[in-house]
Amino acid sequence: MKNEFLSPGQRMMQRFRRDRIGMISSVFVAMLFIVAVTFGALSLLDVPFPADPNLTNLAEKLQPPSASHWLGTDNLGRDVLARLLHGAYISLSVGFVAVFVSLAIGVAVGAVSGYFGGWVDNVLMRVVDAIMCFPTFFLILTAVALLGPSLLNIIVVIGLVSWTGTARLVRAEFLTLRESEYVRAARGLGQNSWAIIFRHILPNAAAPIFVTAVLGIPDAILTEAGLSFLGFGVQPPQATWGNIISDGKSYILDAWWLILFPGLAIFVSALAFYLAGDALRRAASSKSETQ
Amino acid sequence: MSTNLPLLEVRDLRIRFRAESGVTDAVRGISFVLEKGEALAIVGESGSGKSVTALGLTRLLPTPPAEFVSGEILFEGRDVLKLSPPELRKVRGGGIAYVFQEPSTSLNPVYSIRSQIAEAIRLHRPEVEDIDAEVVHWLDAVGIVNPAQRMRDYPHQLSGGMQQRAMIAMALSCQPRLLVADEPTTALDVTIQAQILEQLRELRKRFDMSLILITHNFAIIRNLCDKVAVMFRGEIVEFGSAEEVLRNPQHPYTRALIDCIPKLGEHRKRLHTIDYSKIPTS
Repeated sequence: MKNEFLSPGQRMMQRFRRDRIGMISSVFVAMLFIVAVTFGALSLLDVPFPADPNLTNLAEKLQPPSASHWLGTDNLGRDVLARLLHGAYISLSVGFVAVFVSLAIGVAVGAVSGYFGGWVDNVLMRVVDAIMCFPTFFLILTAVALLGPSLLNIIVVIGLVSWTGTARLVRAEFLTLRESEYVRAARGLGQNSWAIIFRHILPNAAAPIFVTAVLGIPDAILTEAGLSFLGFGVQPPQATWGNIISDGKSYILDAWWLILFPGLAIFVSALAFYLAGDALRRAASSKSETQ
Repeated sequence: MSTNLPLLEVRDLRIRFRAESGVTDAVRGISFVLEKGEALAIVGESGSGKSVTALGLTRLLPTPPAEFVSGEILFEGRDVLKLSPPELRKVRGGGIAYVFQEPSTSLNPVYSIRSQIAEAIRLHRPEVEDIDAEVVHWLDAVGIVNPAQRMRDYPHQLSGGMQQRAMIAMALSCQPRLLVADEPTTALDVTIQAQILEQLRELRKRFDMSLILITHNFAIIRNLCDKVAVMFRGEIVEFGSAEEVLRNPQHPYTRALIDCIPKLGEHRKRLHTIDYSKIPTS
Protein backbone atom coordinates (compact mmCIF):
# COMPACT_ATOMS: atom_id res chain seq x y z
CA MET A 1 0.00 0.00 0.00
CA LYS A 2 1.30 3.41 -0.97
CA ASN A 3 0.14 5.25 2.12
CA GLU A 4 1.89 2.89 4.51
CA PHE A 5 3.78 4.73 7.28
CA LEU A 6 3.06 8.23 5.98
CA SER A 7 2.45 10.86 8.62
CA PRO A 8 -0.38 13.36 8.05
CA GLY A 9 2.27 15.95 7.10
CA GLN A 10 3.78 13.66 4.52
CA ARG A 11 0.37 12.94 3.05
CA MET A 12 -0.30 16.66 2.82
CA MET A 13 2.91 17.10 0.84
CA GLN A 14 1.89 14.20 -1.36
CA ARG A 15 -1.36 16.00 -2.21
CA PHE A 16 0.55 19.24 -2.73
CA ARG A 17 2.81 17.61 -5.29
CA ARG A 18 -0.23 16.61 -7.33
CA ASP A 19 -1.41 20.24 -7.47
CA ARG A 20 -0.21 21.72 -10.76
CA ILE A 21 -0.58 25.40 -9.87
CA GLY A 22 1.05 24.74 -6.53
CA MET A 23 4.00 23.01 -8.12
CA ILE A 24 4.53 25.66 -10.82
CA SER A 25 4.38 28.49 -8.31
CA SER A 26 6.64 26.76 -5.83
CA VAL A 27 9.19 26.05 -8.56
CA PHE A 28 9.07 29.76 -9.34
CA VAL A 29 9.48 30.59 -5.65
CA ALA A 30 12.45 28.24 -5.49
CA MET A 31 14.04 29.92 -8.52
CA LEU A 32 13.45 33.31 -6.96
CA PHE A 33 15.10 32.05 -3.82
CA ILE A 34 18.17 30.84 -5.74
CA VAL A 35 18.41 34.17 -7.60
CA ALA A 36 18.09 36.13 -4.38
CA VAL A 37 20.72 34.09 -2.55
CA THR A 38 23.16 34.08 -5.49
CA PHE A 39 22.92 37.76 -6.29
CA GLY A 40 22.67 38.70 -2.64
CA ALA A 41 26.03 37.01 -2.14
CA LEU A 42 27.48 38.65 -5.28
CA SER A 43 26.21 41.98 -4.08
CA LEU A 44 27.83 41.61 -0.67
CA LEU A 45 31.11 40.50 -2.31
CA ASP A 46 30.94 43.44 -4.76
CA VAL A 47 31.06 41.22 -7.83
CA PRO A 48 29.71 43.27 -10.78
CA PHE A 49 27.68 40.51 -12.48
CA PRO A 50 25.93 40.89 -14.92
CA ALA A 51 26.84 44.53 -14.31
CA ASP A 52 27.60 46.72 -11.33
CA PRO A 53 24.12 47.68 -10.08
CA ASN A 54 25.40 50.98 -8.73
CA LEU A 55 27.74 52.00 -11.60
CA THR A 56 26.45 55.25 -13.03
CA ASN A 57 27.12 56.12 -16.65
CA LEU A 58 25.40 59.32 -17.66
CA ALA A 59 26.37 58.83 -21.30
CA GLU A 60 24.02 55.81 -21.39
CA LYS A 61 21.16 57.12 -19.28
CA LEU A 62 17.52 56.14 -19.95
CA GLN A 63 18.36 53.63 -22.65
CA PRO A 64 15.54 51.29 -23.68
CA PRO A 65 16.10 47.52 -23.48
CA SER A 66 18.89 46.44 -25.84
CA ALA A 67 21.50 43.71 -26.27
CA SER A 68 23.94 45.38 -23.90
CA HIS A 69 21.29 46.37 -21.33
CA TRP A 70 18.56 43.74 -21.49
CA LEU A 71 16.12 45.71 -19.40
CA GLY A 72 17.44 49.18 -20.24
CA THR A 73 19.10 51.75 -17.99
CA ASP A 74 17.79 54.29 -15.53
CA ASN A 75 18.23 58.06 -15.27
CA LEU A 76 21.80 57.65 -14.01
CA GLY A 77 22.69 55.07 -16.63
CA ARG A 78 22.60 52.12 -14.22
CA ASP A 79 21.69 48.69 -15.60
CA VAL A 80 18.09 47.87 -14.58
CA LEU A 81 18.55 44.09 -14.82
CA ALA A 82 21.55 44.22 -12.50
CA ARG A 83 19.62 46.38 -10.06
CA LEU A 84 16.62 44.03 -10.13
CA LEU A 85 18.75 40.94 -9.52
CA HIS A 86 20.82 42.54 -6.79
CA GLY A 87 17.70 43.90 -5.12
CA ALA A 88 15.88 40.58 -5.03
CA TYR A 89 17.40 39.45 -1.75
CA ILE A 90 16.07 42.55 0.01
CA SER A 91 12.49 41.68 -0.90
CA LEU A 92 12.88 38.03 0.00
CA SER A 93 14.68 38.62 3.26
CA VAL A 94 12.05 41.15 4.29
CA GLY A 95 9.37 38.62 3.35
CA PHE A 96 10.86 35.66 5.18
CA VAL A 97 12.34 37.31 8.26
CA ALA A 98 9.34 39.58 8.90
CA VAL A 99 7.05 36.58 8.65
CA PHE A 100 9.31 34.66 11.01
CA VAL A 101 9.12 37.48 13.56
CA SER A 102 5.35 37.78 13.21
CA LEU A 103 4.92 34.01 13.39
CA ALA A 104 6.98 33.74 16.56
CA ILE A 105 4.91 36.38 18.34
CA GLY A 106 1.57 35.33 16.85
CA VAL A 107 1.98 31.65 17.70
CA ALA A 108 3.16 32.36 21.24
CA VAL A 109 0.34 34.81 21.98
CA GLY A 110 -2.33 32.70 20.26
CA ALA A 111 -1.22 29.47 21.94
CA VAL A 112 -1.14 30.92 25.45
CA SER A 113 -4.41 32.74 24.87
CA GLY A 114 -6.25 29.75 23.43
CA TYR A 115 -4.87 27.14 25.79
CA PHE A 116 -5.17 28.91 29.12
CA GLY A 117 -8.26 30.98 28.33
CA GLY A 118 -9.84 33.05 31.11
CA TRP A 119 -8.41 36.45 31.96
CA VAL A 120 -5.12 35.71 30.16
CA ASP A 121 -7.07 35.22 26.96
CA ASN A 122 -9.11 38.34 27.61
CA VAL A 123 -6.08 40.58 28.16
CA LEU A 124 -4.15 39.24 25.17
CA MET A 125 -7.08 39.44 22.78
CA ARG A 126 -7.85 43.05 23.82
CA VAL A 127 -4.20 43.89 23.03
CA VAL A 128 -4.68 42.26 19.63
CA ASP A 129 -7.87 44.26 19.08
CA ALA A 130 -6.08 47.48 20.01
CA ILE A 131 -3.24 46.80 17.57
CA MET A 132 -5.70 45.90 14.84
CA CYS A 133 -7.38 49.28 15.28
CA PHE A 134 -4.33 51.07 13.87
CA PRO A 135 -4.05 51.41 10.12
CA THR A 136 -1.07 49.07 9.76
CA PHE A 137 0.72 50.76 6.91
CA PHE A 138 0.79 54.14 8.60
CA LEU A 139 1.91 52.58 11.84
CA ILE A 140 4.83 51.02 9.99
CA LEU A 141 5.52 54.27 8.19
CA THR A 142 5.61 56.23 11.43
CA ALA A 143 7.77 53.67 13.21
CA VAL A 144 10.27 53.52 10.35
CA ALA A 145 10.33 57.33 10.12
CA LEU A 146 11.15 57.53 13.84
CA LEU A 147 13.64 54.67 13.99
CA GLY A 148 15.37 55.32 10.67
CA PRO A 149 14.85 53.34 7.49
CA SER A 150 17.37 50.50 7.76
CA LEU A 151 16.71 46.98 6.46
CA LEU A 152 16.70 45.57 9.99
CA ASN A 153 14.27 48.20 11.28
CA ILE A 154 11.89 47.59 8.41
CA ILE A 155 11.89 43.84 8.96
CA VAL A 156 11.36 44.14 12.70
CA VAL A 157 8.63 46.77 12.41
CA ILE A 158 6.71 44.81 9.76
CA GLY A 159 7.02 41.70 11.90
CA LEU A 160 5.90 43.52 15.05
CA VAL A 161 2.68 44.85 13.57
CA SER A 162 1.60 41.90 11.46
CA TRP A 163 1.29 39.10 14.04
CA THR A 164 -2.27 39.82 15.13
CA GLY A 165 -3.97 37.75 12.42
CA THR A 166 -1.73 34.79 13.19
CA ALA A 167 -2.45 35.14 16.91
CA ARG A 168 -6.18 35.00 16.32
CA LEU A 169 -5.88 32.03 13.99
CA VAL A 170 -3.67 30.11 16.42
CA ARG A 171 -5.99 30.95 19.31
CA ALA A 172 -8.98 29.62 17.38
CA GLU A 173 -7.12 26.40 16.55
CA PHE A 174 -6.12 25.97 20.19
CA LEU A 175 -9.65 26.59 21.43
CA THR A 176 -10.84 23.68 19.30
CA LEU A 177 -7.92 21.33 19.81
CA ARG A 178 -7.61 21.75 23.57
CA GLU A 179 -11.05 20.10 23.91
CA SER A 180 -10.01 17.17 21.76
CA GLU A 181 -9.98 13.67 23.18
CA TYR A 182 -6.29 13.15 22.60
CA VAL A 183 -5.46 16.25 24.61
CA ARG A 184 -7.58 14.88 27.44
CA ALA A 185 -5.87 11.53 26.99
CA ALA A 186 -2.48 13.24 27.21
CA ARG A 187 -3.52 15.08 30.37
CA GLY A 188 -4.83 11.80 31.73
CA LEU A 189 -1.37 10.35 31.19
CA GLY A 190 0.11 13.06 33.39
CA GLN A 191 1.58 15.24 30.65
CA ASN A 192 2.25 18.88 31.63
CA SER A 193 0.74 21.94 29.95
CA TRP A 194 3.80 22.91 27.93
CA ALA A 195 4.27 19.44 26.51
CA ILE A 196 0.58 19.40 25.61
CA ILE A 197 0.84 22.80 23.92
CA PHE A 198 3.99 22.07 21.95
CA ARG A 199 3.84 18.31 21.44
CA HIS A 200 0.15 17.63 21.13
CA ILE A 201 -1.68 20.76 19.99
CA LEU A 202 0.81 22.76 17.93
CA PRO A 203 1.66 19.97 15.43
CA ASN A 204 -2.04 19.51 14.79
CA ALA A 205 -2.40 23.23 14.10
CA ALA A 206 0.75 23.29 11.95
CA ALA A 207 -0.95 23.15 8.57
CA PRO A 208 -3.07 26.33 8.88
CA ILE A 209 -0.18 28.14 10.57
CA PHE A 210 2.15 27.17 7.74
CA VAL A 211 -0.40 28.37 5.19
CA THR A 212 -0.80 31.81 6.81
CA ALA A 213 2.97 32.08 7.02
CA VAL A 214 3.37 31.50 3.30
CA LEU A 215 0.53 33.93 2.59
CA GLY A 216 2.17 36.48 4.88
CA ILE A 217 5.37 36.59 2.82
CA PRO A 218 3.92 38.46 -0.18
CA ASP A 219 2.21 40.90 2.19
CA ALA A 220 5.55 41.74 3.73
CA ILE A 221 7.18 42.02 0.29
CA LEU A 222 4.45 44.39 -0.89
CA THR A 223 4.71 46.45 2.29
CA GLU A 224 8.46 46.81 1.82
CA ALA A 225 7.96 47.79 -1.82
CA GLY A 226 5.41 50.39 -0.75
CA LEU A 227 7.74 51.80 1.90
CA SER A 228 10.61 51.98 -0.59
CA PHE A 229 8.37 53.67 -3.11
CA LEU A 230 7.51 56.33 -0.54
CA GLY A 231 11.18 56.76 0.28
CA PHE A 232 10.96 55.18 3.73
CA GLY A 233 12.39 51.87 2.63
CA VAL A 234 15.94 50.69 2.27
CA GLN A 235 17.95 53.74 1.25
CA PRO A 236 19.75 54.34 -2.07
CA PRO A 237 22.14 53.49 -3.56
CA GLN A 238 21.10 49.97 -2.45
CA ALA A 239 18.66 48.82 -5.12
CA THR A 240 15.33 47.38 -4.06
CA TRP A 241 12.35 46.64 -6.26
CA GLY A 242 10.38 49.40 -4.58
CA ASN A 243 12.96 52.14 -4.92
CA ILE A 244 13.70 51.32 -8.58
CA ILE A 245 10.05 52.11 -9.26
CA SER A 246 10.26 55.14 -7.00
CA ASP A 247 13.29 56.48 -8.91
CA GLY A 248 11.65 55.73 -12.23
CA LYS A 249 8.28 57.31 -11.57
CA SER A 250 9.37 60.75 -12.83
CA TYR A 251 10.24 59.19 -16.20
CA ILE A 252 7.12 57.12 -16.52
CA LEU A 253 6.14 58.61 -19.90
CA ASP A 254 9.64 58.37 -21.46
CA ALA A 255 11.08 55.24 -19.89
CA TRP A 256 8.37 52.63 -19.32
CA TRP A 257 10.96 49.91 -18.60
CA LEU A 258 11.91 51.59 -15.32
CA ILE A 259 8.44 50.92 -13.95
CA LEU A 260 7.34 47.85 -15.83
CA PHE A 261 10.12 45.39 -14.96
CA PRO A 262 10.41 45.98 -11.21
CA GLY A 263 6.62 46.16 -11.11
CA LEU A 264 6.42 42.80 -12.83
CA ALA A 265 9.03 41.35 -10.48
CA ILE A 266 6.98 42.40 -7.43
CA PHE A 267 3.70 41.30 -8.98
CA VAL A 268 4.86 37.89 -10.18
CA SER A 269 6.71 37.08 -6.96
CA ALA A 270 3.78 38.06 -4.78
CA LEU A 271 1.43 36.08 -7.02
CA ALA A 272 3.67 33.02 -6.86
CA PHE A 273 3.67 33.12 -3.05
CA TYR A 274 -0.09 33.59 -2.93
CA LEU A 275 -0.73 30.71 -5.33
CA ALA A 276 1.71 28.44 -3.51
CA GLY A 277 0.06 29.33 -0.20
CA ASP A 278 -3.36 28.67 -1.63
CA ALA A 279 -2.28 25.30 -2.99
CA LEU A 280 -0.91 24.45 0.46
CA ARG A 281 -4.25 25.36 1.96
CA ARG A 282 -6.00 23.04 -0.45
CA ALA A 283 -3.56 20.25 0.35
CA ALA A 284 -3.98 20.82 4.08
CA SER A 285 -7.75 20.90 4.06
CA SER A 286 -8.53 17.99 1.77
CA LYS A 287 -9.77 15.44 4.23
CA SER A 288 -10.71 12.86 1.62
CA GLU A 289 -7.75 10.64 2.42
CA THR A 290 -7.68 11.09 6.16
CA GLN A 291 -10.06 8.30 7.00
CA MET B 1 1.67 2.91 53.69
CA SER B 2 -0.40 0.46 55.65
CA THR B 3 -1.51 -2.60 53.75
CA ASN B 4 -5.14 -2.62 54.79
CA LEU B 5 -5.74 0.79 53.24
CA PRO B 6 -8.19 0.63 50.32
CA LEU B 7 -6.74 1.59 46.94
CA LEU B 8 -9.37 4.25 46.39
CA GLU B 9 -11.87 5.77 48.70
CA VAL B 10 -14.27 8.47 47.58
CA ARG B 11 -16.07 10.33 50.34
CA ASP B 12 -19.04 12.59 49.78
CA LEU B 13 -17.78 13.90 46.44
CA ARG B 14 -19.73 16.80 45.00
CA ILE B 15 -18.98 18.22 41.56
CA ARG B 16 -20.83 21.17 40.14
CA PHE B 17 -20.79 22.85 36.74
CA ARG B 18 -21.23 26.57 36.72
CA ALA B 19 -22.14 28.04 33.34
CA GLU B 20 -23.77 31.25 32.23
CA SER B 21 -26.98 29.33 31.65
CA GLY B 22 -27.05 28.09 35.23
CA VAL B 23 -25.63 25.73 37.78
CA THR B 24 -25.73 21.95 37.41
CA ASP B 25 -24.92 19.55 40.20
CA ALA B 26 -23.43 16.68 38.22
CA VAL B 27 -22.24 14.61 41.17
CA ARG B 28 -24.16 14.97 44.44
CA GLY B 29 -22.25 13.53 47.33
CA ILE B 30 -21.17 10.07 46.26
CA SER B 31 -19.05 7.72 48.37
CA PHE B 32 -17.52 4.35 47.56
CA VAL B 33 -14.53 2.19 48.33
CA LEU B 34 -12.43 0.20 45.90
CA GLU B 35 -10.06 -2.40 47.30
CA LYS B 36 -6.82 -3.40 45.61
CA GLY B 37 -7.41 -5.75 42.69
CA GLU B 38 -11.16 -5.18 42.64
CA ALA B 39 -13.21 -4.31 39.60
CA LEU B 40 -16.05 -1.86 39.98
CA ALA B 41 -18.67 -1.05 37.40
CA ILE B 42 -20.32 2.35 37.52
CA VAL B 43 -23.61 2.00 35.67
CA GLY B 44 -26.11 4.64 34.72
CA GLU B 45 -27.73 6.39 31.83
CA SER B 46 -26.32 9.37 29.93
CA GLY B 47 -26.05 12.38 32.19
CA SER B 48 -26.13 10.38 35.41
CA GLY B 49 -22.69 11.69 36.37
CA LYS B 50 -20.68 8.53 35.82
CA SER B 51 -18.19 10.02 33.37
CA VAL B 52 -17.83 13.16 35.46
CA THR B 53 -17.02 10.95 38.44
CA ALA B 54 -14.43 9.05 36.41
CA LEU B 55 -12.73 12.18 35.14
CA GLY B 56 -13.00 13.82 38.54
CA LEU B 57 -10.86 11.06 40.10
CA THR B 58 -7.73 12.78 38.76
CA ARG B 59 -9.23 16.24 38.35
CA LEU B 60 -9.33 15.94 34.57
CA LEU B 61 -12.37 18.22 34.44
CA PRO B 62 -11.69 21.75 33.26
CA THR B 63 -12.14 24.19 36.17
CA PRO B 64 -14.04 26.40 35.45
CA PRO B 65 -16.76 25.43 34.55
CA ALA B 66 -16.37 22.39 36.82
CA GLU B 67 -16.05 22.92 40.54
CA PHE B 68 -15.19 20.44 43.28
CA VAL B 69 -17.62 21.57 45.93
CA SER B 70 -16.71 19.14 48.67
CA GLY B 71 -15.49 15.66 49.42
CA GLU B 72 -12.30 13.65 49.36
CA ILE B 73 -10.77 11.34 46.79
CA LEU B 74 -8.28 9.21 48.69
CA PHE B 75 -6.02 7.35 46.30
CA GLU B 76 -3.56 5.19 48.25
CA GLY B 77 -4.37 7.28 51.26
CA ARG B 78 -3.69 10.69 49.73
CA ASP B 79 -6.39 13.16 48.80
CA VAL B 80 -6.20 13.79 45.06
CA LEU B 81 -8.04 17.07 45.52
CA LYS B 82 -5.17 18.40 47.63
CA LEU B 83 -2.24 17.30 45.46
CA SER B 84 0.13 19.84 43.91
CA PRO B 85 0.26 19.88 40.09
CA PRO B 86 3.48 17.80 39.86
CA GLU B 87 2.14 15.23 42.33
CA LEU B 88 -1.12 15.11 40.42
CA ARG B 89 0.72 14.44 37.16
CA LYS B 90 2.38 11.45 38.79
CA VAL B 91 -0.97 10.02 39.82
CA ARG B 92 -2.39 10.58 36.34
CA GLY B 93 -1.19 7.74 34.18
CA GLY B 94 1.16 6.28 36.79
CA GLY B 95 -1.47 5.65 39.46
CA ILE B 96 -4.76 5.97 37.63
CA ALA B 97 -4.75 5.54 33.86
CA TYR B 98 -7.65 6.07 31.47
CA VAL B 99 -9.11 4.44 28.43
CA PHE B 100 -11.74 6.57 26.76
CA GLN B 101 -14.82 5.88 24.74
CA GLU B 102 -13.72 7.02 21.30
CA PRO B 103 -10.41 5.42 20.33
CA SER B 104 -10.23 7.13 16.95
CA THR B 105 -10.03 10.59 18.52
CA SER B 106 -8.15 9.66 21.69
CA LEU B 107 -4.97 9.01 19.74
CA ASN B 108 -3.07 12.00 18.42
CA PRO B 109 -3.30 11.79 14.61
CA VAL B 110 0.16 13.21 13.94
CA TYR B 111 2.17 10.62 15.86
CA SER B 112 2.73 6.94 15.28
CA ILE B 113 1.45 4.49 17.89
CA ARG B 114 5.06 3.83 18.85
CA SER B 115 5.86 7.42 19.74
CA GLN B 116 2.62 7.87 21.72
CA ILE B 117 3.22 4.81 23.87
CA ALA B 118 6.89 5.75 24.17
CA GLU B 119 5.84 9.14 25.54
CA ALA B 120 3.76 7.46 28.23
CA ILE B 121 6.63 5.18 29.19
CA ARG B 122 9.15 8.03 29.37
CA LEU B 123 6.78 10.00 31.60
CA HIS B 124 6.21 7.35 34.21
CA ARG B 125 9.03 4.89 33.90
CA PRO B 126 12.16 6.86 33.02
CA GLU B 127 14.28 3.86 34.07
CA VAL B 128 13.22 1.88 30.98
CA GLU B 129 16.10 1.80 28.53
CA ASP B 130 14.90 -0.17 25.54
CA ILE B 131 11.70 1.74 24.86
CA ASP B 132 10.93 0.03 21.56
CA ALA B 133 11.07 -3.38 23.20
CA GLU B 134 8.73 -2.11 25.90
CA VAL B 135 6.27 -0.74 23.34
CA VAL B 136 6.31 -4.09 21.52
CA HIS B 137 5.75 -5.88 24.82
CA TRP B 138 2.61 -3.93 25.67
CA LEU B 139 1.16 -4.05 22.17
CA ASP B 140 1.69 -7.79 22.28
CA ALA B 141 0.03 -7.97 25.71
CA VAL B 142 -3.17 -6.39 24.40
CA GLY B 143 -3.32 -8.85 21.53
CA ILE B 144 -2.00 -6.85 18.59
CA VAL B 145 -0.52 -9.19 16.02
CA ASN B 146 2.91 -8.37 14.66
CA PRO B 147 3.48 -5.49 17.11
CA ALA B 148 6.97 -4.54 15.90
CA GLN B 149 5.46 -3.74 12.53
CA ARG B 150 2.16 -2.27 13.72
CA MET B 151 3.75 0.19 16.16
CA ARG B 152 5.01 2.25 13.23
CA ASP B 153 1.44 2.83 12.06
CA TYR B 154 -0.37 6.10 12.48
CA PRO B 155 -3.79 5.98 14.20
CA HIS B 156 -5.75 6.34 10.95
CA GLN B 157 -4.17 3.16 9.64
CA LEU B 158 -5.68 1.04 12.41
CA SER B 159 -9.21 -0.24 12.79
CA GLY B 160 -11.33 0.92 15.74
CA GLY B 161 -10.67 -2.25 17.70
CA MET B 162 -6.94 -1.98 17.09
CA GLN B 163 -6.96 1.67 18.10
CA GLN B 164 -8.68 0.81 21.36
CA ARG B 165 -6.14 -1.94 21.99
CA ALA B 166 -3.39 0.61 21.37
CA MET B 167 -5.05 2.96 23.89
CA ILE B 168 -5.20 0.16 26.44
CA ALA B 169 -1.54 -0.66 25.75
CA MET B 170 -0.67 2.99 26.31
CA ALA B 171 -2.54 3.06 29.61
CA LEU B 172 -0.99 -0.23 30.77
CA SER B 173 2.54 0.78 29.77
CA CYS B 174 2.54 3.24 32.69
CA GLN B 175 1.84 0.29 35.00
CA PRO B 176 -1.04 1.98 36.81
CA ARG B 177 -2.63 0.50 39.94
CA LEU B 178 -6.07 1.50 38.69
CA LEU B 179 -7.41 1.51 35.15
CA VAL B 180 -10.48 3.64 34.49
CA ALA B 181 -12.25 2.56 31.32
CA ASP B 182 -14.93 5.06 30.34
CA GLU B 183 -17.30 3.17 28.03
CA PRO B 184 -14.35 1.55 26.27
CA THR B 185 -16.47 -0.46 23.86
CA THR B 186 -19.35 1.87 23.02
CA ALA B 187 -17.78 2.99 19.74
CA LEU B 188 -16.93 -0.53 18.63
CA ASP B 189 -19.04 -3.17 16.97
CA VAL B 190 -20.38 -6.05 19.03
CA THR B 191 -17.87 -8.76 18.16
CA ILE B 192 -14.95 -6.44 18.85
CA GLN B 193 -16.64 -5.34 22.09
CA ALA B 194 -16.56 -8.89 23.37
CA GLN B 195 -12.89 -9.27 22.45
CA ILE B 196 -11.88 -6.03 24.14
CA LEU B 197 -13.80 -6.85 27.32
CA GLU B 198 -12.27 -10.32 27.45
CA GLN B 199 -8.86 -8.71 26.98
CA LEU B 200 -9.51 -6.30 29.86
CA ARG B 201 -10.56 -9.17 32.12
CA GLU B 202 -7.43 -11.13 31.34
CA LEU B 203 -5.07 -8.16 31.66
CA ARG B 204 -6.55 -7.20 34.99
CA LYS B 205 -5.80 -10.65 36.37
CA ARG B 206 -2.36 -10.84 34.79
CA PHE B 207 -1.14 -7.48 36.08
CA ASP B 208 -3.16 -7.49 39.33
CA MET B 209 -4.72 -4.17 38.52
CA SER B 210 -7.91 -2.59 39.79
CA LEU B 211 -10.52 -1.52 37.31
CA ILE B 212 -13.33 0.96 37.18
CA LEU B 213 -15.57 0.32 34.23
CA ILE B 214 -18.00 3.04 33.26
CA THR B 215 -20.90 1.73 31.23
CA HIS B 216 -24.60 2.01 30.61
CA ASN B 217 -24.77 -1.61 29.64
CA PHE B 218 -25.65 -4.05 32.43
CA ALA B 219 -25.08 -6.98 30.15
CA ILE B 220 -21.32 -6.63 30.04
CA ILE B 221 -20.54 -6.30 33.73
CA ARG B 222 -21.40 -9.73 35.09
CA ASN B 223 -18.24 -11.38 33.80
CA LEU B 224 -15.94 -8.46 34.33
CA CYS B 225 -16.74 -6.78 37.61
CA ASP B 226 -16.94 -7.66 41.31
CA LYS B 227 -18.97 -4.67 42.40
CA VAL B 228 -21.54 -2.40 40.87
CA ALA B 229 -22.43 1.20 41.66
CA VAL B 230 -25.63 2.36 40.02
CA MET B 231 -25.71 6.10 39.43
CA PHE B 232 -28.82 8.15 38.88
CA ARG B 233 -29.01 11.94 38.75
CA GLY B 234 -25.58 12.35 40.28
CA GLU B 235 -26.06 9.95 43.15
CA ILE B 236 -25.19 6.35 43.79
CA VAL B 237 -28.60 4.78 44.32
CA GLU B 238 -27.38 1.24 44.72
CA PHE B 239 -24.03 -0.33 45.55
CA GLY B 240 -23.15 -3.96 46.00
CA SER B 241 -21.60 -7.07 44.55
CA ALA B 242 -22.31 -7.54 40.87
CA GLU B 243 -23.97 -10.89 41.40
CA GLU B 244 -26.23 -9.59 44.11
CA VAL B 245 -27.32 -6.43 42.35
CA LEU B 246 -28.08 -8.25 39.12
CA ARG B 247 -30.00 -11.03 40.80
CA ASN B 248 -31.85 -8.95 43.31
CA PRO B 249 -31.91 -5.25 42.47
CA GLN B 250 -33.23 -3.12 45.32
CA HIS B 251 -33.68 0.31 43.84
CA PRO B 252 -36.49 0.92 41.31
CA TYR B 253 -34.05 2.63 38.95
CA THR B 254 -31.73 -0.38 38.95
CA ARG B 255 -34.69 -2.64 38.26
CA ALA B 256 -35.80 -0.37 35.44
CA LEU B 257 -32.28 -0.41 33.95
CA ILE B 258 -32.08 -4.19 34.09
CA ASP B 259 -35.51 -4.47 32.52
CA CYS B 260 -34.26 -2.45 29.58
CA ILE B 261 -31.93 -5.27 28.52
CA PRO B 262 -33.77 -7.17 25.78
CA LYS B 263 -33.82 -10.87 26.60
CA LEU B 264 -33.35 -13.65 24.11
CA GLY B 265 -36.47 -15.60 23.14
CA GLU B 266 -38.82 -13.16 24.79
CA HIS B 267 -41.79 -11.85 22.91
CA ARG B 268 -42.33 -8.11 23.24
CA LYS B 269 -44.03 -5.58 21.07
CA ARG B 270 -42.02 -2.67 22.40
CA LEU B 271 -38.68 -2.36 24.13
CA HIS B 272 -38.71 -1.20 27.73
CA THR B 273 -38.00 2.40 28.57
CA ILE B 274 -37.61 3.94 31.98
CA ASP B 275 -40.71 5.51 33.54
CA TYR B 276 -39.14 8.24 35.63
CA SER B 277 -42.35 9.04 37.45
CA LYS B 278 -41.99 5.74 39.31
CA ILE B 279 -38.50 6.50 40.56
CA PRO B 280 -38.29 8.33 43.88
CA THR B 281 -36.07 11.40 44.03
CA SER B 282 -34.25 11.70 47.31
